[in-house]
Amino acid sequence: MKAPRAGARHGADLAFRVLAMSTLVVALVTLGALVFDVLGDGLGRLNWQFLTSLASRRPEDAGIYHALAGTIWVIVLTAALALPLGVAAAVYLEEYGTNSRLARFIEINIANLAAVPSIIYGLLGLGVFVRFMSMGRSVMAGACTLALLALPVVILSTREALRTVPKSIREGSYALGATQWQTIWHQVLPMAFPGILTGLILSLSRAVGETAPLITIGALTYIPFAPDGVWSPFTVLPIQIFNWVSRPQAAFKENAAAGILVLMALLLTMNALAVFLRDRFQRQGRS
Amino acid sequence: MRPRRLERLIELALLLSAALSVLTTAGIILVLAVETFEFLREVPLFEFLTGTEWTPLFANPRFGVLPLIAGTVLVSAIAMAVAVPMGLLSAIYLSEYAPENLRRVVKPVLEVLAGVPTVVYGYFALMFVTPLLQRVFPQMSGFNALSPGIVMGIMILPLVSSLAEDAMRAVPRGLREGAYALGATRMQTALQVVVPAAFSGITAAFILAVSRAVGETMIVAIAAGQQPRLTANPFVPLETMTAYIVQVSLGDTPQGTLEYRTIFAVGMLLFLMTFALNLVSTWLRERFREEYA
Amino acid sequence: MNVATPPLASLAGLAGRNAGPQVASDSPVKIDAERLNFYYGQKRALDGISIQIRANLVTAFIGPSGCGKSTFLRTLNRMNDIIPGTRIEGTVLLDGENIYDPHLDVVALRRRVGMVFQKSNPFPKSIFENVAYGLRINGMARTKAELTDRVEESLRQAAIFDEVKDRLHESALALSGGQQQRLCIARALAIRPEILLMDEPASALDPIATQRIEELIYDLKKSYTIVIVTHNMQQAARVSDFTAFFWLGRLVEYDRTDRIFTAPAEKLTEDYVTGRCG
Repeated sequence: MKAPRAGARHGADLAFRVLAMSTLVVALVTLGALVFDVLGDGLGRLNWQFLTSLASRRPEDAGIYHALAGTIWVIVLTAALALPLGVAAAVYLEEYGTNSRLARFIEINIANLAAVPSIIYGLLGLGVFVRFMSMGRSVMAGACTLALLALPVVILSTREALRTVPKSIREGSYALGATQWQTIWHQVLPMAFPGILTGLILSLSRAVGETAPLITIGALTYIPFAPDGVWSPFTVLPIQIFNWVSRPQAAFKENAAAGILVLMALLLTMNALAVFLRDRFQRQGRS
Repeated sequence: MRPRRLERLIELALLLSAALSVLTTAGIILVLAVETFEFLREVPLFEFLTGTEWTPLFANPRFGVLPLIAGTVLVSAIAMAVAVPMGLLSAIYLSEYAPENLRRVVKPVLEVLAGVPTVVYGYFALMFVTPLLQRVFPQMSGFNALSPGIVMGIMILPLVSSLAEDAMRAVPRGLREGAYALGATRMQTALQVVVPAAFSGITAAFILAVSRAVGETMIVAIAAGQQPRLTANPFVPLETMTAYIVQVSLGDTPQGTLEYRTIFAVGMLLFLMTFALNLVSTWLRERFREEYA
Repeated sequence: MNVATPPLASLAGLAGRNAGPQVASDSPVKIDAERLNFYYGQKRALDGISIQIRANLVTAFIGPSGCGKSTFLRTLNRMNDIIPGTRIEGTVLLDGENIYDPHLDVVALRRRVGMVFQKSNPFPKSIFENVAYGLRINGMARTKAELTDRVEESLRQAAIFDEVKDRLHESALALSGGQQQRLCIARALAIRPEILLMDEPASALDPIATQRIEELIYDLKKSYTIVIVTHNMQQAARVSDFTAFFWLGRLVEYDRTDRIFTAPAEKLTEDYVTGRCG
């Protein structure tokens, strides 16, 4: 077998490199196309009336207010559920349970749950929260469902944050006669807090975009009012967008695009907040 | 000793929070199994798994799930046809070629791609990609498998890329250096040394991507249609398992009816499929880690 | 240093148990370790340690790296409990009570036996909060005024109060290395332990800071029993009343400091302190 001439080999190498790079270019171009398409379709529709109106059968009257309110209600409640449960679970796995068989079994469960399709969580929510626990198609049922969905991510990022706390701090606390929980509560958790918060915000920003599980538990696609309590029916931004996209009239498609812009703006804000908080806490910890 | 009792209680509370994950898994299995069991009392398993017509909401209902499975498989296959080669190439480029500052620009972009909500991708597929493709394939209908498949592929690309890249970076430098020392080009080293060495890790990445594609809902719900159809034609409307569940959930199907139970039966099938895929992927990844740990 | 073999070497050469001839029996025994074995997993790190540490004196542990002196120090406040896979045999009596009794409250033990670490580890909180932490978790100050008084008292004891009195609520991490270490000493003293264990407290510090720590130790000895691990023999000679020499997990010799450094009973000790080995 004759080896190809050096020139040919380098030619192939160059061709390959171009091919690989063009993959990334295609991905970039697609993202750009998406952004421009949505901006083109929706920017014109985005105005104060759109932001403050409720749903309507007529596209020109319809707005996003109720869906935005629904999203905020659900996300705040989801955070209130997912944060304590997720941090507690992570603290157990990282500080107490290391290497016991029970802990390993729990870890395997969490890893599996992270890869379950989100619509399955919707079916779980439907069966357990909506029907069995009789929460009905409420904000609470939606939040419980999304909290379960968000939990694996919160647990993972909290564990990583806990790991960044140096052993010397824990030892210093124990040497003063602190119990394990006192050490965790007074020293470890405060130090890990920025990382925990960042992880929470990132997992919430994924939950904001979740549509399928909430449709399944019965978040309504036509609901002309904002939620007035945790037991009230609701809808969220992505479901409203989905509803508008599914209508044939072009005017509704414009609404959908404008709704997407609002959704993306919300996500951008949340991610920026996460980055900002992480940087600020990092600077504070250092001296 | 009071403090010690308190410590024990706290530990128990923390343990219960951690055990919630086990409860969740059990809950999923239970909910799906109970309703599926009820469903199978009225519809024989054989008919469910081998029937070729899925019309549970019609007056004369048929409960053969194959069209839904076919829909899922077709869209996923198209998605993988996009995501696998592109993701692998992207991973090779990032792992073997790209200088550090390029990586620092490219990786956040990929993360943004992965973070776009699927509803937005669905909109993009329906409103931009489908009309575009219709210019090339005029016979393509407004709802089809090709458009959501391609868009899904782009969405999954970052997942494939980052997992495959991790696998390749885990390959020890010594292997690469051995190849370079023998005069191999970067492409030859990448394709003939690194990729084979990282093979099980890369395969694990692919399988996880398939699992993701199979479980994806909104892109297909928006752009693929609601006509269950046993077909391999990417230009016609069809329905996937996930889109079916959404379709029924949007309607007024009352609880406790056979139609209601169909979403759990389909859900059970979906869960088993993705669970099996995830299991294989994890097993492959463990094996890969043992090789290079 | 020219060392002539002392005539009573054979008597004094009982490795381990007896702390040498006519020790001032003025000082009662505070800690009594008997035939202590310690294992990291399968590996034995301490072999049959028996030693009596006397109250209100400074005892130094010396020996080359890895000889077990730090490990033994940590057995005295059960800090090794935190490390998984360790095992201990034998007893350690504190005022006559075995601290390895399974019913013993470890938390209470660590209030009585405080520790200062080799690398200072102040909490990322204010100077005040660092010292107050031990008081808070042990419920030792009932009012804010009492807390403030105790914090000030500890900072004075550690000879650092004047330097930080105007910035008590600033971060402890802004202090210099030597100051941080004195802060850690103040933190340990705040809960009024009976014994202070110091694991190479000055090894990361410059000579001036080291000297301040050594002066501090000399002052503290009036109120506390101090055990200090050091790899710096001159420091041991300067600062301690008794010295224990460890080698490969065994206690080779334990005696008054002046005897260890001028007329040691064991050849190995002599070789070590004269720098011929280790």
